[in-house]
Amino acid sequence: MITTPRKSATFDDYTLSEIRRAAATGIYDIRGGGAKRRVPHLDDLLFLGASISRYPLEGYREKCGTNVILGSRFAKKPIELKIPVTVAGMSFGSLSAQAKEALGRGASAMGTSTTTGDGGMTPEERGQSSILVYQYLPSRYGMNPDDLRKADAIEVVVGQGAKPGGGGMLLGQKISARVAQMRNLPEGIDQRSACRHPDWTGPDDLEIKIEELREITDWEKPIYVKVGSARPYYDTALAVKSGADVIVLDGMQGGTAATQEVFIEHVGIPLLGSIRPAVQALQDLGLHRKVQLIVSGGIRNGADVAKCLALGADAVSIGTAALVALGDNDPVHEAEYAALGTTAGSYDDWHEGRDPAGITTQDPLLAARLDPVKAGRRLANYLAVLTLEAQTIARACGKSHVHNLEPEDLVALTVEAAAMARVPLAGTDWIPGAGQY
Amino acid sequence: MTLPLMEHTIDLGSASVRELNAALHKVGPDVNQRLWRVLNPGGRHSVAAGVDAALTIEIDGHVGYYCAGMNKLAKVIVNGNAGVGVAENMMSGIVHVKGDASQAAGATAQGGLLIVDGNASARCGISMKGVDIVVKGGIGHMSAFMAQSGSLTVLGDAGEALGDSIYEARLFVRGSVASLGADCIEKELRDEHKAMLFARLKAAGLNGAVDVSDFKRYGSARQLYHFHVDNAGAY
Repeated sequence: MITTPRKSATFDDYTLSEIRRAAATGIYDIRGGGAKRRVPHLDDLLFLGASISRYPLEGYREKCGTNVILGSRFAKKPIELKIPVTVAGMSFGSLSAQAKEALGRGASAMGTSTTTGDGGMTPEERGQSSILVYQYLPSRYGMNPDDLRKADAIEVVVGQGAKPGGGGMLLGQKISARVAQMRNLPEGIDQRSACRHPDWTGPDDLEIKIEELREITDWEKPIYVKVGSARPYYDTALAVKSGADVIVLDGMQGGTAATQEVFIEHVGIPLLGSIRPAVQALQDLGLHRKVQLIVSGGIRNGADVAKCLALGADAVSIGTAALVALGDNDPVHEAEYAALGTTAGSYDDWHEGRDPAGITTQDPLLAARLDPVKAGRRLANYLAVLTLEAQTIARACGKSHVHNLEPEDLVALTVEAAAMARVPLAGTDWIPGAGQY
Repeated sequence: MTLPLMEHTIDLGSASVRELNAALHKVGPDVNQRLWRVLNPGGRHSVAAGVDAALTIEIDGHVGYYCAGMNKLAKVIVNGNAGVGVAENMMSGIVHVKGDASQAAGATAQGGLLIVDGNASARCGISMKGVDIVVKGGIGHMSAFMAQSGSLTVLGDAGEALGDSIYEARLFVRGSVASLGADCIEKELRDEHKAMLFARLKAAGLNGAVDVSDFKRYGSARQLYHFHVDNAGAY
């Protein structure tokens, strides 16, 4: 009798292929992008639109504000964004100059900010970004006090959602002459980004470091502190203690240019479980809405934006989605993705510099494929849709500003989502673990 | 026309660091107050941080963290000891610590000259990116970790793991080295290196006072510039 062959759920096809790859090469897989396996996500939350007990706003008539002010705690010149969606830090080096320019164009068109990355600030980027956040990273590649002073805000990067506690590796094939010059390293060698800042070790030191950055910039610019989500309550509290104006909290579904697959998939916690502990830290300190919270890591649509705001964030940040909006992983390049052994939507070898879309590359021929003007317009369109969608949901919940969304507007579809987001399981008033954090 | 040098004094016993730095940041090329004396620093942090002008700033006493951080063009003299991160990310100019320096002296600094008359502590020159550092005493462990370029000259001894994961920076040590870090090796001290070393020593006020032949040169073996699994044991 013939029976149906049964594959192991534990040793599925992907797992088997990874074991074979490891056995053949002796090295872990390095890739870009974010976590690919499903983890508890914002999709597991639903909004409760208004009915009788709540009063909705007219969708196409009544105003729903979207602006957000960042850096009102200490900075002389806080930033005002027109929309609560920003573009996350992504480096020149990891991305082509055209891609960086497109990000600046798209963000500026919508009145929001974009962010530098490990490679420092390029003139193109500053020129096209009406509001530019300058990242102060452990590697300090491309760090320049002149650029610091040209920035509108400074983001001290402590960690990244895809790899809390980890550094980066930009492989030699992406180290063009310009990238090498900006990073002060020889062309073509692997560039290791340190996992920790070289001249401070803990929150007390960070406080002094932030004071130094303020002194250098005459206390004008908001200081953000970015952490990869792992211990959001304590990391938020300590960042506040250190003097941050703004906390940037990056969940495990956040992307990266290149790191170990095992890191991307197994270190850090999802955004769903990160926001409420961070907000609680701010509330416990009496600083919620005074120290602003930007969250990121897997944001895709206006519902995600609205849910993050309802859970207590002031704004969200997008990285991977912004690259897709520019044109990354577009099926139009399917033949070339196939030639690289992958398919549109799955391409993640960003570190190899062979991106057919011309975005995650330093190859001049590939990079020239991306039209910064057209790609910037695509990003602006996408940002507009995110905002419109968030507004639509907010109005349905009776809110005249997206910041008026609150946990009361949400329920969860699963027990774990209810516990992580601290909202009731749908159809009940049960919040698992409430009060036990 | 050369402007006459005028001295300006700020007493941190009564003024704040903010007032000092704000004043230093406002100095333009047409201002003739080019010599600034800072009294009673009292270990305060961020003294003379972010200066971007060809001034001479003389600090009479000990300073805390990040003194002369990101300095450009200025000559900053500390008549005392300096805390963590003195001259961090300096771009150009001179920072001269007449006493000892704490950890991470000259961290990530990209240019200019840092002179420490006494000892420097751990991680001196960590991630240095083009600065020249001269330490007349000794340095602590993990110094020049991931040092990218520039030079570190040490007249005394060096601690453990010197130059770990070093790139293209050049290290000269006259005394003993407790141990070398990954990918850091002793290299031949050729005539061009002796000339370079002599120039660094001269810039640090040691013109002919020290024999360059007493030094050993260390640098990168360049075996770890490309990650390869066969080298994993080196990390």
